Amino acid sequence: MRLVLVGTSHHHAPVELRERVALEKDAARKLASRLAEGDREAVCLSTCNRTEVYLAAEDGDAAERDAVAALAELEPAVEPALYRLRDQAAALHLFRVAAGLDSLVPGEGEILGQVRVAHELGTTGAVLDRVFRQALHAGRKVRAQTAIGESPASVSSAAAALAAQVFGELDGRRVLLLGAGEVGEQAARSLSQRGAEIVLVANSKTGRDEIEAALGSVDVVVAATSAPELVLGAATVERALGSRRGRQLLLIDLAVPRDLDPSIHQLDGCYLYDIDDLETIVADTLSGRRREAERAEAIVATEAAKFHEWHASLDVIPAIASLRARAEEIREAELRKADALLGRLDESQRRAVESITAQIVNKLLHLPTVRMKQAAAAADGVLYAEAVRHLFGLGEDEGR
Amino acid sequence: MAELLFWPALLLYGEAAVGYLGDARRPGVAGRAATWGVRLGWLAQTALLAVQAARRDGFPWGTWAGSLNLFVWLVVSAYLIWGCRTSYRLLGLTVMPLAAVLLVVARAGGGTGVGGARHYSNLFLVLHVGLVLVAFAGFTLAAGLSGLYLWQERRLKQRAATVLFQRVPALATLDALALRTVAWSLPALTLGIVVGAVRLVHDGDSLDALVVATLVTWLVWAAYLALRWAGGWAGRRAAYLALAGFVLVIVVRLALPASHFA
Repeated sequence: MRLVLVGTSHHHAPVELRERVALEKDAARKLASRLAEGDREAVCLSTCNRTEVYLAAEDGDAAERDAVAALAELEPAVEPALYRLRDQAAALHLFRVAAGLDSLVPGEGEILGQVRVAHELGTTGAVLDRVFRQALHAGRKVRAQTAIGESPASVSSAAAALAAQVFGELDGRRVLLLGAGEVGEQAARSLSQRGAEIVLVANSKTGRDEIEAALGSVDVVVAATSAPELVLGAATVERALGSRRGRQLLLIDLAVPRDLDPSIHQLDGCYLYDIDDLETIVADTLSGRRREAERAEAIVATEAAKFHEWHASLDVIPAIASLRARAEEIREAELRKADALLGRLDESQRRAVESITAQIVNKLLHLPTVRMKQAAAAADGVLYAEAVRHLFGLGEDEGR
Repeated sequence: MAELLFWPALLLYGEAAVGYLGDARRPGVAGRAATWGVRLGWLAQTALLAVQAARRDGFPWGTWAGSLNLFVWLVVSAYLIWGCRTSYRLLGLTVMPLAAVLLVVARAGGGTGVGGARHYSNLFLVLHVGLVLVAFAGFTLAAGLSGLYLWQERRLKQRAATVLFQRVPALATLDALALRTVAWSLPALTLGIVVGAVRLVHDGDSLDALVVATLVTWLVWAAYLALRWAGGWAGRRAAYLALAGFVLVIVVRLALPASHFA
């Protein structure tokens, strides 16, 4: 069985092209089902960054042609942007995808779930089932053993991660949002996704008393107004600290020009981060992710090698099974011929003869079996399998 | 036998201290090795204490050095409650070197061997020494949590770009855990002092330097709780106060041993 991959991603196609070959879950399932004709297997992985078709088929060339045709049917212009990979290269690519190493932001975690869903929606058999399971395992291993996916990759997620660094779980934490623009909304959404509660969205009409009152009870302040001057001074925050009983206050200033007085950061228990601070964190995070990616690549390569070993053994296993069956057949036939002589043996002697002949067969076949598996891993498996079939006349009886 | 168990415990605690240092520089294998060092070292020290208990007639940790040995075990036991979690590995960096050094001091004072007995009853020693040491172990852990709080708080104040890359518990979590640990430890110290005071009055003895220092320690930790609950203290100020309380614990444990244990 050949493993075939045909697809395109953000590395090869702009979004205008990718969006035309992007498939909803149901469409991906139907495409996989259509391509999995006969004994073929097919999985379609479609995300905002990639659309890829994985096939396992005896005839790799035909499978590749069908996959290219299916994707070109969605959008003819995509054909030049398609990459085509086979066997080990295809498996390694999938493992890298599952680990987030091929993502726009290295280590992003969403892709692992998307690979799992694609696997579930696909028409799989022994090969694709194995390669997808192993890819998911590799993805999980990378996330568990490296820090590649631990830090935020955008300003809004950095704000949420900072809040978690100060407060731990954000369930029930209260957020004051100054300004109702898109930037602040994104940060507020990141905080809400972690369980925080937006208690007040203040705009130019909101009274200062209301804001000051909220400062006494909130845990996070996100400021993103378009005001030309400071919206919140250090004196106002200092007044509110009295009623906070030492509780920490995180202030995120996403506005340019800034909304929050920088000297707020000097107040006890107050942590003020502006847009530059957050962008520095994100930049460092991305470089940290790239450093971790080197470790992740090593994990992925090891897992891909394991799959390759298994996949390659598929070429020789039928030949090994036939060889063993032929040897057993000969052993039993010879024992039957000698039956007249062996008939005079008692039961224990007969068992001893059975055991000795079985051991001879096993010992004779052990080394060829090992060597064939090794050859399979080194890509000579098919040649070896053919040679063994020819030398021992395997399969010739059926042909006669 | 006790000698045979002391060395593995010390080596494993030392390995844990070094491992946590490595984990602080590059999180991963070193941290996992350190956590196993703590676990196995704790098992070795537990076995050491068991051998001491089996071989000695009476409470084996009534001496200054013996109580230090037990104190180390209690500190590591308390640390093990959280220390296995990845985010608390840096706490090990403050606790494990201290544990290793104090274990060496305990051995130098003869606290890891067997033999000898105290003239006090076992019940008194278990209650008095046991409760005071449990409290001191709790205070040590609270101080470790407070130290970690101050370190992480400083990084947040400095707006360190790597502030999210180090696995450290959240500030609020560290603050709350330190408070909770002290809230459990202070009653134990109070009971331990009361038991000791009853014995003191019964024997007609007078206060010695260690008793006075222990009472001052109690006052500091009581003030810590009072200020946190009633005075609205939290965060940095509370953490500094916890470290001050810990200095007194160290003074009581190390600097004033002689007269009280004579």
